[in-house]
Amino acid sequence: MKPAPFDYHAPRQLNEAAELLATLPNAKILAGGQSLVPMMNFRYVIVDHLVDLGGVEDLRGIAVGEGRLRIGAMVRQRDLELSPDVAQHCPLLAEALRHVGHRQTRNRGTIGGSLAHADPAAELPAICAAYDAVVHVASVRGIRPVPFREFSAGFMATVLAPDEMITTIDLPLWPEGSGHGFHEFARRQGDFALAGAAALLDVDATGIVRRAALALFGVAEQPVRLDAAEAALTGKPLDLTSIQTAAAAAWLIEPISDIHASGEYRRHLAQVLSARALTDAARRSGVEL
Amino acid sequence: MGKQATRISVNGKSHARVVDARLTLADFLRHELGLTGTHLGCEHGVCGACTVLVDGRAARSCLMFAVQANGCEVTTVEGLTPDDGLSVLQQAFIDNHGLQCGFCTPGMLITLTELLRDNADPSEQEVREALSGNLCRCTGYAGIVAAALDAAQRLRDLSGNS
Repeated sequence: MKPAPFDYHAPRQLNEAAELLATLPNAKILAGGQSLVPMMNFRYVIVDHLVDLGGVEDLRGIAVGEGRLRIGAMVRQRDLELSPDVAQHCPLLAEALRHVGHRQTRNRGTIGGSLAHADPAAELPAICAAYDAVVHVASVRGIRPVPFREFSAGFMATVLAPDEMITTIDLPLWPEGSGHGFHEFARRQGDFALAGAAALLDVDATGIVRRAALALFGVAEQPVRLDAAEAALTGKPLDLTSIQTAAAAAWLIEPISDIHASGEYRRHLAQVLSARALTDAARRSGVEL
Repeated sequence: MGKQATRISVNGKSHARVVDARLTLADFLRHELGLTGTHLGCEHGVCGACTVLVDGRAARSCLMFAVQANGCEVTTVEGLTPDDGLSVLQQAFIDNHGLQCGFCTPGMLITLTELLRDNADPSEQEVREALSGNLCRCTGYAGIVAAALDAAQRLRDLSGNS
């Protein structure tokens, strides 16, 4: 239960970090360490070099402007949870954060670390999927924006090159008055969810859905947007029947089976949780159901 | 390979050491400083026994390297105890049967110290949610929750019946 030896690097500047990642062999980034360090303690992960981004000031900060919430990759999950900007502008993110691990791990864990780790049952990647986040990625070759739909690359994999790091995450803001809903099912508080759903709805004054987003997690190798459900809702009025019909699109996915739950059970959960998340989102956008 | 200088303030006292980069903060506290009040249960971030305050925030010391705590202020269970007697929370644990074998207690005390500092009047649900990151294998949660709520009440009384 002790990690294998490694050399430790603590850059203060972004370009210094990029240079280290470009030159050091078998190097890995240390963000909050709440997933990486257990893997190192088990020696699932053995590295020669650890590049700790904890001291890079440029990777911190939460800012609202130009129609988006911009979050530094090294912002701790607990800071997001307590941020008035997040609560006001991205309430779906705020709600999901309460389900991320435990307070003691949120105190250290970062949003960038969660996205790079890409656990299929993790909440934050699903929230980024729902918001159509843009992930900015840096290396010695410069910074490139990656739309979240292109960020995942299968089970616990991303399009990040070994020498790339996430710098910021942009969440495009939804109009004021939009509704959100978040539901997950885990066997114990703080456990990874067996399945979960995150929903956003923008409804006009006459009750017609202008835009819908529904992201599921824990049911596939990566977070999935339920495009069929979104299409079924858009342009129509909301009621309990239309929500149930849309949520039924969750039957299209083919979830993973593992020791925690069968794929069939996950698919059942996906449908139920989708309906609950959409119902909350509808009510919060002012629709009476 | 991997030696690194680190300076960590623990319970108000600064300690400078050259340590293996792979040394966890938990092992630093126990083996370098002899502060064995911080317990190690699982060493992979599940049990919460090793929880300490890092710059005032509860964190698992098995999931941090000592070199990451360079420049930080760390508080262990030893640092929660006044020179004379016990803290209000510790006394509440005794009075409410909040510990049996005592292995999880240091982590419980640290977690609850953070909670009660940030929330003077937590609901039972809030206490249980905060404690979800700490396992008690004696399963004495009822006593621990009672101790937390009792300590919160006593601390409110002490701070002027607000």
